[in-house]
Amino acid sequence: MINFNYVVAMLLITLGLYCLLLKRNLIKLIIGLSVLTDGVHLFLISMGYRAGGIAPIVTDDMTLGSFSTQAVDPIPQALVLTSIVINVCILALALSLSIYIYRHYGTLKLSEVRRLKE
Amino acid sequence: MGKVQRILSLGMVVIVGVLLISAVSLTMPDFGSFPRRQIGENVESAIGQQILENAPEQTGAANVVTSVVWGYRGYDTLGEATVLFTAVVGVVMVFRAVGRPE
Amino acid sequence: MAGMSIIVRTITRLLFPFMFLLGAYIVVHGHLTPGGGFPGGVIIAASFVMLILAYGTERVRKQVVFTRAEVLESIGGLTIGVLGLLGIIVGVAFLQNVFPLGDFGRLFSGGNLPLLYLGVGVKVTAGILLIFYAMLFGFGGEEE
Repeated sequence: MINFNYVVAMLLITLGLYCLLLKRNLIKLIIGLSVLTDGVHLFLISMGYRAGGIAPIVTDDMTLGSFSTQAVDPIPQALVLTSIVINVCILALALSLSIYIYRHYGTLKLSEVRRLKE
Repeated sequence: MGKVQRILSLGMVVIVGVLLISAVSLTMPDFGSFPRRQIGENVESAIGQQILENAPEQTGAANVVTSVVWGYRGYDTLGEATVLFTAVVGVVMVFRAVGRPE
Repeated sequence: MAGMSIIVRTITRLLFPFMFLLGAYIVVHGHLTPGGGFPGGVIIAASFVMLILAYGTERVRKQVVFTRAEVLESIGGLTIGVLGLLGIIVGVAFLQNVFPLGDFGRLFSGGNLPLLYLGVGVKVTAGILLIFYAMLFGFGGEEE
């Protein structure tokens, strides 16, 4: 009942949550957000596994009837593909905004960025 | 952040971690039971099984993930292309404002 | 940002066409093998980034044109829109297949799926290259 995939996915989510709550540097917060999202992706893909299954691509040496009883779930893979691209876009915007904050305030610690309001 | 707040946050993270790992080990269905979905006493098969059976004839592509991404879920991919465009416009706008301090 | 030594420059110059070819292969065969437009576009953009990093920004600055990348990205996005509107013009739903299906498992199969992946590949390549250009060459205030 204790499976390796699910436990590692929950560990990744917990580590990402720890980074988001307890670190003060802006770059470390962004890294924590990325680790959290990777844990969620691993959990989603592990839920669609079939015991002894193959990838959902029809090759030359299989019939269509036996293919549908052997392949794993294709829907979580398609949704995680979309989610990875959106994660890259979020990362690009967050990093460029943190460069802007560094130019304006001179520091990257969140406690000082909140206090100097100019 | 004071010391009390840091210890409270650390405790909350540990509690959430223990809850998540115990929920995943005790209440999830078995690993590797793909088309079987059970809610209460209602046992049915997931919709991925129907897509696996019908996709190669309906779309004509050998890659079932491609036919799901564009054929059965095309609006999601359209939204993702829009998000990509918005992110590129946002990054270029931020760096034009950064490189103009005069 | 200065370039790298002569060993890195020679190896990059030899390696660039193969990396470009690998990215183009992954994009074009998106309906037969795993991959598709999104990872293939990132690999093509990474091959250009490798060239810029190896030769340094002073030598490349004259050849970096922002509007070329912006126009390419818009062309990629418009391809997806036009292929979707073709479905409405013929009379069925948006983004529905109007091309002949072809033989199963060959390169010209799958209706409008390879064309859609070509549009996405061009769009992702131009988008990531544009982010890279903005981060390197948008910093007007650093040499003062």
